[in-house]
Amino acid sequence: MAKIIAGIACSHVPAIGVAMDKGLTGTPYWQPLFKGYEPARDWLAKLKPDVAIVVYNDHASAFSLELIPTFLIGVAEKFPIADEGFGPRPVPAVQGHPALAWHLAESLILDEFDMTIANEMPVDHGLTVPLSVTCGQPAAWPFKVIPLCVNVVQYPPPTGARCYKLGQAIRRAVDSFPESLRVVIYGTGGMSHQLQGERAGLINRSFDTAFLDNLTRDPLALTRISHTEYMREAGSEGVEMVMWHVMRGALDADATEVYRHYHVPASNTAAGLMLLENRSAV
Amino acid sequence: MTKDYDSIPGTYVYDAERGRVGYALNMFCMSLNKAENRTRFKSDEAAYLDTFPLSAEQRRTVLERDWLGMLKVGGNIYYTIKIAFCDGLTFQDVAGMMSGVPKETYAQMMLAGGRSPEGNRFKETGASAGAPKVAAAVAVKIAE
Repeated sequence: MAKIIAGIACSHVPAIGVAMDKGLTGTPYWQPLFKGYEPARDWLAKLKPDVAIVVYNDHASAFSLELIPTFLIGVAEKFPIADEGFGPRPVPAVQGHPALAWHLAESLILDEFDMTIANEMPVDHGLTVPLSVTCGQPAAWPFKVIPLCVNVVQYPPPTGARCYKLGQAIRRAVDSFPESLRVVIYGTGGMSHQLQGERAGLINRSFDTAFLDNLTRDPLALTRISHTEYMREAGSEGVEMVMWHVMRGALDADATEVYRHYHVPASNTAAGLMLLENRSAV
Repeated sequence: MTKDYDSIPGTYVYDAERGRVGYALNMFCMSLNKAENRTRFKSDEAAYLDTFPLSAEQRRTVLERDWLGMLKVGGNIYYTIKIAFCDGLTFQDVAGMMSGVPKETYAQMMLAGGRSPEGNRFKETGASAGAPKVAAAVAVKIAE
């Protein structure tokens, strides 16, 4: 039986990827951020997952405004790295897990989550930066990846509560997959940041800290945060944190926090990282 | 139609209304994901823009790199940033320009912990609220 063993919440700031790609992680600006990533890499290497479900948003890379899927799952064998306007990141292409991905697609749709299914798509920094953060710079990614995209670019994104329920449905789907697989799930984006308008640069440390605390203390309370509250308190792009609820919903109710790291700034953003383990899988 | 998020100062939510206005502008930006289109745009910006049905004002904001102006005519930051990438600018460069302060001032604000939400939550209180919590030297008040 497949089982979800752990969850990873991780910001996906493009500049973090650029810093790694250009070898800047030891500079005074970046060193404090990357120092805090080291325990996560050790932890994940020891967990040895077979597959990662990465919940992220596409940033006008695979999808434009021509077609805006609210929830999408990638079922391909392989996902190339997108050119987002400055050439593709120099990181390995992502290998998919079509058998589990198709099982997820079928299970989720029959469980009343109307997924869009992608047989071909490039993946952008929303997916590759969290992989870089948690795996470093390997010649090939150490596990298969199932991309799961959530629209947060065109308002409105799905609600936090809906995202949490999608996570619960993912859990049911993984639990019913007959092959023995160790699965981790990433919820990416956030934390507080605003990239646009006169209010660009907004950071809300107390909001972010409460959010991190409540991922274990009261995750259901977090699912009731409205989009306007996210935008007002955590910046217009802080609403990306709805994607963390997909990850959280896929874990046990009493999942435990094993590590967190929070750093300001990563470019315009408060970078957050949390590692969570399912007691049931230990 | 009024929306509860309209009360947030200095923020342009890319909703249905902006989506209807900004589609062509953003799809022009999307075309810059292809290297050959970036080359075409850079070699003759006006001629390249002619191939997209932009309004005169949208066209002006692009040619003048009026980043804040683009948002006001339906630009979505994840799309308009692709023009900045063509120019060799970063997200932080553009964020500084949109908030109307010199690059160094913006960078210092971020290093000092970012723009505080204090006084920046509601348009009504934005101008009259107490000093933002960021250090006074880098505090950036929002002028609405």
